Amino acid sequence: MIREITIGQYYPADSVLHKLDPRVKLAATLIFIISLFVFRSPEAYMAATVFLGAVIYISKVPLKFMMRGLKSIILLLMITVVFNLFLTPGTAVIRIWRLQITKEGIVTAVSMAVRLIYLIVGASVMTLTTTPNDLTDGLEKALTPLKKIRVPVHEISMMMSIALRFIPILLEETDKIMKAQMARGADFETGGLIKKAKSMIPLLVPLFISAFRRANDLAMAMEARGYHGGEGRTKMKPLVYKKRDYTAYLCLLAYLILMFLVNRLHLVTGLLGI
Amino acid sequence: MAIKVENLSYVYSTGTAFEKQALKNVNLELPDGQFVGLIGHTGSGKSTLIQHLNGLIRATSGAVYYNGENIYAEGYNMKKLRSKVGLVFQYPEHQLFEADVFADVCFGPKNLGLSQTEVEERAREALRLVGMKEEHYKQSPFELSGGQKRRVAIAGILAMEPDVLILDEPTAGLDPKGRDDILDQVERLHKEKKITVILVSHSMEDIARYVERIVVMNRGQVMFDDTPREVFSHYRELEKVGLAAPRVTYLMHGLQERGWSVDTSATTVAEAASSILKALREEGVPEKRN
Repeated sequence: MIREITIGQYYPADSVLHKLDPRVKLAATLIFIISLFVFRSPEAYMAATVFLGAVIYISKVPLKFMMRGLKSIILLLMITVVFNLFLTPGTAVIRIWRLQITKEGIVTAVSMAVRLIYLIVGASVMTLTTTPNDLTDGLEKALTPLKKIRVPVHEISMMMSIALRFIPILLEETDKIMKAQMARGADFETGGLIKKAKSMIPLLVPLFISAFRRANDLAMAMEARGYHGGEGRTKMKPLVYKKRDYTAYLCLLAYLILMFLVNRLHLVTGLLGI
Repeated sequence: MAIKVENLSYVYSTGTAFEKQALKNVNLELPDGQFVGLIGHTGSGKSTLIQHLNGLIRATSGAVYYNGENIYAEGYNMKKLRSKVGLVFQYPEHQLFEADVFADVCFGPKNLGLSQTEVEERAREALRLVGMKEEHYKQSPFELSGGQKRRVAIAGILAMEPDVLILDEPTAGLDPKGRDDILDQVERLHKEKKITVILVSHSMEDIARYVERIVVMNRGQVMFDDTPREVFSHYRELEKVGLAAPRVTYLMHGLQERGWSVDTSATTVAEAASSILKALREEGVPEKRN
């Protein structure tokens, strides 16, 4: 019932995207997200759609799986759309009582919705095609320069990879405890807000205890295997760029140029008064 | 008849890369008052099966009947079913959450909507049944030992006074004494309260000592369903699916191969011992007397 959150859940498949260096994927995701917020013309969104569609196609991950991540932001999405729709000043299109939907409102609402959806789907593409370990490895390597200004890059990435690793474990644990309490007659679905909040206690207390126990066990196991932080630690599989990674960077550059041009094109058509 | 499982199938994560058929056409009848052992390799579907019996998992196809009623029928009272078919999960102590032992055991009966006095009465009775002393009632459940925690968790289910008690690996991670304590208590319960007990276990020794019937699961299907004697006589097939017979079965077969006329269907140490003694007497070996 709660296993539908896809962020942090790797989907195994044999695709070029899965084999790419995590640094490339990190950069691509970052650039894609930035591009969504910098280039705001309908043409740019079309180009972004084509790019995202192509990436999803290459990834060999079923579309249905990608969309599952959206379930978690559906409320946020609704609120954003409704607020933008009714509260943006401009020329009115429809008037209902004291509320009005403006032309500008529709444009902002749609573009906000598109941006939010693409943001989540874009991030899901990365997490679905990259194992959490690869991801933090990539992050660590990409952030290595920050070590010079005394940022504990290794420690941060280790914490992140542990946190990511724990998400599915804790979800499973939640599921198990929920079932165990349901077997004792607990009811998590019906009742008002207060009753529902109260019914969470039999779930949350065991969950916290189990999280602490697991953290404790893990710390012990790491120490037993001689973990002492990042100093002098070597990698079993060091990250090295391959030919396909350079090709991917080139594709990314092409995407950026395309977005830039497409956006300029919009300016030109806009000036012509269309 | 208490529980009837008909053509039950269950598929995990339908429509994803992780799709897995956990149960395939399972048919099972569990009459009142039986002590049944459910065994199977990890991933054989036994845990999935028992979660169907109290409606925690809904089958992909097939039906489960409790006292003749289809539990998937519209408007069926699942909460009531769960109080009648008590399921003790693996490591049940992980579900403890209350400030003291007594309050935790009260959680189940309280959910049934009973009066405060009856809730407390049932909790007291359940704690007595698992052998917890009154001095522990006001202790935090997290201060108890592993075996005590588990007994408190089992009491949490017993306090709902189920007619069927399902225990998923109740002895996992316990020392031999804790294991024997728990199983002896379960057996006493079975005899005292006449409830049906389904014991899921890896240990053939445990199973052989207590149950009257064994259901063997393999790859989501029922492989054997018979008395311990019959099931363990298929010990070669059991080995092939990653299980084994009790050690005495091997001993008896070994002795028979060496020409001793012993009863190879003995499943417990006591049975084996008397059979060996009998064979020795027939061979004319005098019994040693002290």
